[in-house]
Amino acid sequence: MSEMMTGAEMVVRALRDQNVEHLFGYPGGAVLPIYDALFQQDFVKHILVRQEGGAVHSAEGYARSSGKVGVVLVTSGPGATNAVTGLTDALMDSIPLVCITGQVPTHLIGSDAFQECDTVGITRSCTKHNYLVKRIEDLPRILHEAFYVASNGRPGPVVIDIPKDIQFARGVYSRPKDNQHKTYRPTVKGDLSKIKAAVELMSKAKRPVFYTGGGVINAGPHASALLRELVHLTGFPCTSTLMGLGAFPAADKQWLGMLGMHGTYEANLAMHGCDVMINIGARFDDRITGRIDAFSPGSRKIHVDIDPSSINKNVKVEIPIVGDCAHVLEDMVRLWRELSPQVDKPALKSWWGQINEWRGRNSLGFQNSETIIKPQHAVQRLYELTKGHDTYVTTEVGQHQMWAAQYFHFEEPNRWMTSGGLGTMGYGLPAAIGVQLAHPKALVIDIAGEASILMNIQEMSTALQYRLPVKIFILNNEYMGMVRQWQELLHGGRYSSSYSEALPDFVKLAEAYGSHGIRCSDPAKLDDAIMEMIETPRAVIFDCVVAKEENCFPMIPSGKAHNEMILNDFTGDTKTVIDAKGRELV
Amino acid sequence: MSVSHYPAVSFDQTVRRHTLSVIVDNEPGVLSRIAGLFSGRGYNIESLTVSETEAEKHISRITIVTSGSEKIIDQIKNHLDRLVPVHRVVDLTLQGESIERELALLKVVGKGDHRMEALRLATAFGARTIDATVTSFVFELTGATDDIERFIKVLGPCGLAEVSRTGIAAMARGSEVM
Repeated sequence: MSEMMTGAEMVVRALRDQNVEHLFGYPGGAVLPIYDALFQQDFVKHILVRQEGGAVHSAEGYARSSGKVGVVLVTSGPGATNAVTGLTDALMDSIPLVCITGQVPTHLIGSDAFQECDTVGITRSCTKHNYLVKRIEDLPRILHEAFYVASNGRPGPVVIDIPKDIQFARGVYSRPKDNQHKTYRPTVKGDLSKIKAAVELMSKAKRPVFYTGGGVINAGPHASALLRELVHLTGFPCTSTLMGLGAFPAADKQWLGMLGMHGTYEANLAMHGCDVMINIGARFDDRITGRIDAFSPGSRKIHVDIDPSSINKNVKVEIPIVGDCAHVLEDMVRLWRELSPQVDKPALKSWWGQINEWRGRNSLGFQNSETIIKPQHAVQRLYELTKGHDTYVTTEVGQHQMWAAQYFHFEEPNRWMTSGGLGTMGYGLPAAIGVQLAHPKALVIDIAGEASILMNIQEMSTALQYRLPVKIFILNNEYMGMVRQWQELLHGGRYSSSYSEALPDFVKLAEAYGSHGIRCSDPAKLDDAIMEMIETPRAVIFDCVVAKEENCFPMIPSGKAHNEMILNDFTGDTKTVIDAKGRELV
Repeated sequence: MSVSHYPAVSFDQTVRRHTLSVIVDNEPGVLSRIAGLFSGRGYNIESLTVSETEAEKHISRITIVTSGSEKIIDQIKNHLDRLVPVHRVVDLTLQGESIERELALLKVVGKGDHRMEALRLATAFGARTIDATVTSFVFELTGATDDIERFIKVLGPCGLAEVSRTGIAAMARGSEVM
């Protein structure tokens, strides 16, 4: 079906054809025709954010929790530049987004027109791909192609920059039969001979470990189900990165907890001591490996990743498999069943014995208090009290994020939304708004810090406007806690600019935004206060006043290896755990 | 255990020169996408040549000469390959023998003996004289990079005033096609 329409109408029609129900955006001069087209229909619901950065994070939360592509609409110039952080965040964490930006009319491009910026130039390195549409004939194809590129292969953000004259121009719209790109075809099926070699290596393992990541979540719920099947079939232990939490259930006895800089003792030592490492959809990020020349020295490594450039980037692996996690896991499960291998049971038994010994160290244990709320305790109680609910958690970035990852446990994928790669403070609230729109009936909690939340606090207005009952649970220690911790560890405890000076009264702030405010500083009253938050049918800001100088442990100090972690019962001088070389690292 | 920190030292660190042929859609921004990849990730470009090769299909061929360890070269190829408008990346250095040529224009300014010497050298190197005035010559030389370097070197004392080079165009020998 071909129809004549304007460029602006094509945008809205294409969104409809792509089944986009929610669009996050902010209007401005260069996108007015598209807003006019939106006004005249009611299939695509526009969610008005309060700053363009919020729109992108909302779309990320929406995408990550629903598996759909998140869609953003912003104006030219400042609209586009405000979106840059969110786009970079989505690129680092492989979140599929389509971001439509308005542009000054084609004849004004390059003239330093009002609200002009080189959007495709600025976003070239922070998107998977981007387009500047210069002819109306190209618009329908590009609109559909963008969805294909964003969601196929390693997902990522795609920008379509549309000059205002193209939005007014009339042309023929037809939905392409397939919205594939003409040449872009990422490999999804893994090389079977390599998968066979991997399964054989796994069958002979004496000290194996599964190390899984966000790739499993991105491959869809089916991949998580297959991962569970494979882990259970093999009987091997399983750990995950920050981005992969929920792909494997935290309640399972084969679960080791998260690994990495703030991971558990058992997960990191299993990584260090394993003889076969099976990496499914993770990328050997520096938060995971620690000191790289001492990373898992005695293991042979299998790496499943859809992005060939992730392979051998940081760590050299013996068996690289390029493909989608779901496809490769399916082959692995099938081949394991066919082979029904005689695994080395005595070796595995003694490996599990070793792991249980490490578990006995109770690395997430902490000294609780009856007079002051410990942040770890607060997250633990939040987790326990929300257990029966359909819960989704987002976070900001810092200590509270790590405590949330350590003490809030996930049984299902797509329940945990956090900014992992870029580490964007201010991600959590807008992301929670996106999650709540995708899951209107769910309990959506942004576990936040008092510093991070102020980075996008204006999005409270968005929550109010659309009656989104998001819960903001602030672990308020009056410090940019992770900055303070690093200053304690690296800079002699000189807390340069990391004290959260002049904080607002969060209860009054909540009320000012038409939501409910709760403050709690007494451990004895914490449970009741959390229940009050859960039962409040509208947005809540919970100001949880916690211990000020608590450190986030366990921790692999910068420049140290997995087996050089410091734990909660560390009694030495924290100021000497990082050496001069480690100080240079981030 | 060694005392180094990041980055890894477990890879072969020998730096080699590689010539890559990259087939791309000739669309706006494709060259800056590639140049940005190299600068953003800290890779070297020694030579970069680009031109449309199949006009009706809007396809261009880019020849890149770069250098790095085996690991870095692999990374470069993988990063190039995942760019959406890139069709194919071929490492001509790994493919075996390939032909590499570039073209240079060289302007010599001077009088008397220098001038005559420059002309004699140009003849010896097989360069064409494409412009001449009473005080100058412009020579054109096509050849392997080494030949051009040699020509530039010997022409130096004869009043070489300006050089313009195209960068390398390369192709595999034999019947194999990209």
